[in-house]
Formats: sequence, C-alpha cells, structure tokens
Amino acid sequence: MKQILHLFENVGTWTKNYTIVLVEFIRLSSEIIYWVIAGFFRGRPVNHAHVFEQMVFMGAKSIGIVFFVTFFTGVVLAMQSAYQLSQFGATIYVASLVSISLCRELGPVLTALVIAGRIGAAITAEIGSMKVTEQIEALETMAINPVRYLMVPKLLSLLIMLPCLTIIGDYSGMMGGYLVGVFNLDINSTLYIQTSLKFLDLKDIYTGLSKSFVFAAIIALVGCYQGIKTKGGAVGVGQATTRSVVVSFILIIVADCVLTGFYYFSNM
Amino acid sequence: MIEKQTAISIRNLHKSFGDRKILDGINLDIYAGETFVIMGPSGCGKSTLLRHLIGALKPDSGQVFFGDKDLSKLSETQLDQIRKKFGMSFQSSALLDSLSVEDNVSLPLREHTHLDPNIISIIVKMKLALVGLRGVEHLMTSMLSGGMRKRVGLARAIAMDPEIVFYDEPTAGLDPVMSAVIDHLILDLSKKLLITSVVVTHDMNSVFRIADRVAMLHLGKVLEVGTPDEIKNSKNKIVQQFIKGEIEGPMSVIEKEEHSMTEVTE
Repeated sequence: MKQILHLFENVGTWTKNYTIVLVEFIRLSSEIIYWVIAGFFRGRPVNHAHVFEQMVFMGAKSIGIVFFVTFFTGVVLAMQSAYQLSQFGATIYVASLVSISLCRELGPVLTALVIAGRIGAAITAEIGSMKVTEQIEALETMAINPVRYLMVPKLLSLLIMLPCLTIIGDYSGMMGGYLVGVFNLDINSTLYIQTSLKFLDLKDIYTGLSKSFVFAAIIALVGCYQGIKTKGGAVGVGQATTRSVVVSFILIIVADCVLTGFYYFSNM
Repeated sequence: MIEKQTAISIRNLHKSFGDRKILDGINLDIYAGETFVIMGPSGCGKSTLLRHLIGALKPDSGQVFFGDKDLSKLSETQLDQIRKKFGMSFQSSALLDSLSVEDNVSLPLREHTHLDPNIISIIVKMKLALVGLRGVEHLMTSMLSGGMRKRVGLARAIAMDPEIVFYDEPTAGLDPVMSAVIDHLILDLSKKLLITSVVVTHDMNSVFRIADRVAMLHLGKVLEVGTPDEIKNSKNKIVQQFIKGEIEGPMSVIEKEEHSMTEVTE
C-alpha cells in the first residue's frame, strides 16, 4: 500500500516539476520571440554586429561538419537503396530516392541534429557560464535585458543560418549519392542528375526547409532556457549543456514526426 | 550627525528561502552622499540584502524605498529606469568575458544613450583614468589580473554617472595593498563624483578605512548601526567578537556554518 502511495507521490511530483519547466520554457520563449518582433517597433532593434558575429559562428563555421555528415549519409543511402533496387533492376531510381529523402527528411533533420550538438551546446554553455559568474545579473543591474541583449541575436541568427546549412546539407548529400551512382552503379552522369530532379518537387524542398525553421527555433530556445536555468558552478554548466543537447535532440525528432505527419496527411 | 537626506530606506524587510529565514525584519536608512558599510559573518544575509537593494530579489514582506519609490512595487520597466541611477561592483567583477575592456565599460552607454561612438570612447577613457587604468582599452577581460578586473568593474559601475554605487565584497580575494588601493578608490570616487556608496564586506580593515557609518548584520537582523568609532566601542559581545575575529564568544561558529551552508544551496 505504502509503495503504491509512494508511486502516486512520485508521479505527482514529476508532473508538477515538468509542468513548471514547461510553463517557464514557454514564458521565456514568448519573451524572446516578443523581443525579436517588438525590438523593431520599440526602437531597440537587435544589435546587427552581434547578429552577424553569431551568424558566422553558427553558420559559416558549421559548413564543414554539416558537409561531412550529410555527404556520407548520401553515400550510405545510395548504396543501401541500390542494394534493394538492384533486385528489381531499378538502380536508376537510386537518384530520385536519394534526392527526395534528403530534401524532405534527412537533410533538415541531420543538419539540425549536428547543429544542436554544436550550437545548442555552445549557446547553453555561454549563457550558463555567464549565469554562474554573475554576468547575467550584471546585465540586469545595468538595466540591460539579457533576453534582448543575449538571446534574441542567437535565435535570429540560427533562424537565418539553419535553413542555409540545410540547403548545403541537401546538396552535399546528393553529391554523395551521385558519386555512388556514377562510379559504382555506372549510371550516366546526366541521366543521374535528370532522374534526381525529375521526381523532386518544389514542395519537397520547402517542406524540408520549413522543418529546419522549426528546428532552429527549438535549438535556440532550448539552448537559452537551459543556459539561463543553470545553477551550481562548472558542474552545473556541464549538466545544463548535456541537458540542452539531449532535450533538443528529442524535441527535433518529435517535431519532425509531427511535421512529417502533417505534410503526409495534408498531401503536401 | 547633521540631518541628511535619505537615499535608501529599508523598512521591516523579510526574506526566506524555503523555511530558512535569511532576512528577519531589517530596518535601515542610508543617507545621500555617505559611505555606508554593511558587515557581518558569512551567511548573515548581507548579499541577500544587497540584492534587494538593487531590485534583483523581491522581499517576502517589507519595503525598500529609493527616494519615495517602493522598489518591490515597480514594474520591470520602471525598475530599469531606477537601475540606470545605480552602479554595481560585483564580487567576481562580472565583466562580460566576450567583450574587451572598452566594450565592457561602454556597454551601458551604448545601450542607454544615443551618444556618438567617439564621445563614448572619450567617456570610457575618462572613467578608466578615474580608476587608475590607462591603455588597457583593447585588452580582453580574461587577460586582466584580479585587481584590474575589480577596477574595470568599477569603471563600468560609474559609466552612467550613478547616484548610488553598490559594492559587493570589493576587496575579496585581493592582496592587502590592492585592497587598500580599492578602498582608496571607493573613497575617492564618492568624494569626486558625490555618490552614495553602499559597501557589503567582512574585511575589517576595509570597514574602518572607508565607512561613514556601519551596520552589523547577524542572523538576518541588524545588531547595531553607528559610526566606525561607535562600532569599535560597542558593548554588544557579538559585534566585539566579530571585529576582533575571536573564535570563542556568543557567535556560535557551528550555527554560522550551518547558516552559510544553506545560503550556498539556495
């Protein structure tokens, strides 16, 4: 009996704690989004230099890792599908399979996961260590809103850069598939490119890119939230960073499932 | 003492973290232009009190008045207007480590004024000169020594020509000579710029060097308020034990440690 009560207690505490986290997260997120929009109208636009600096860090410096991950995924995808399709003598369709699955699904998701690991962690570590060294408090005492000063440029830069990186990811993945198709499956180069594009609709690309906008928001908002909630010195920063990446990963996958479901059932 | 204008008044301030009482009915008046020191053992609530003075914490009950405004009743926007009249020097300096010295000091100016960058750069040089620093504008803050960080933090605190500057443990972690330099600087700034200084510290040398008046805090209550001489000649045994740094006395060390541990966990 006691154990059952204990179980109920645990479930209750768990629900309460996570509800608090959820409410706080939504409150912070709406504050960040409010300042992205209201900044222009209230005469406090985002610091341009700050945004560009962040864009270089988040975007330009992530091209390498995004390229590698999606390129090799493209290679693997082409080989795996060739293995299946060769049984029907339809290896030419490797091209369209690679291009469609990359643009609709793998490009946005893999890029987002890589960026969550690289940028989400960096956002949390930066804000978290500023929190534990009183820097956030210093900003508040100077009447500088940390949300507007620190977080808005990060969200804005990631919203711009993640779709760009996704396009690069789509291309480099297709390039991986192309190399397998042309050099291993002996498909004619022109034919491969034609087949790649033949079945690829514009909507495949924009559904993919719309996903990457959502993922960018998830990475930046989760990163900022975990950062600002950091407690307890260096260990705390480490834990917050880990949590930030884990939560981003889960939310990205869940959001991907929801969005894919939405596009699938609405025939987009 | 001559009747002076009150800059900050604290009325019956209470604050608890969980079931631990940190501030237990604080009443204090800080006069304009004076250097007011709040001292007390670790965990007595002096940092918590300071956080109430800058509006970073809201009291459970009681008020903090800045002029005639009750800080706990103000909205964030109104509070920000008041905070522009405050300067704060943090224990860890709290310089933004992604920025250079110049960018740190000019940050409040760039955020709150529409001054020309050239003028801001001149103001920054002036403020740095006031704290005795020259030619460090382009250094990154990670390259500075402890004493220099404190001074850059001070320059940032006075960047907006505040009415009141709060100092949280200004001499903590500094060598005796640098401590004396910082103390001298605090006095110098309050004289030159006519600002009210509120200093939280437990460095006794510092207390008697800079204070116009001292308040001794213990277990969330004000034990005694007075001039340094009055405090030195206090009949209160706890005050005497504290300023002489004796182990034996009415201030139980065990209790103290228990108290400071809870502050760490908050």
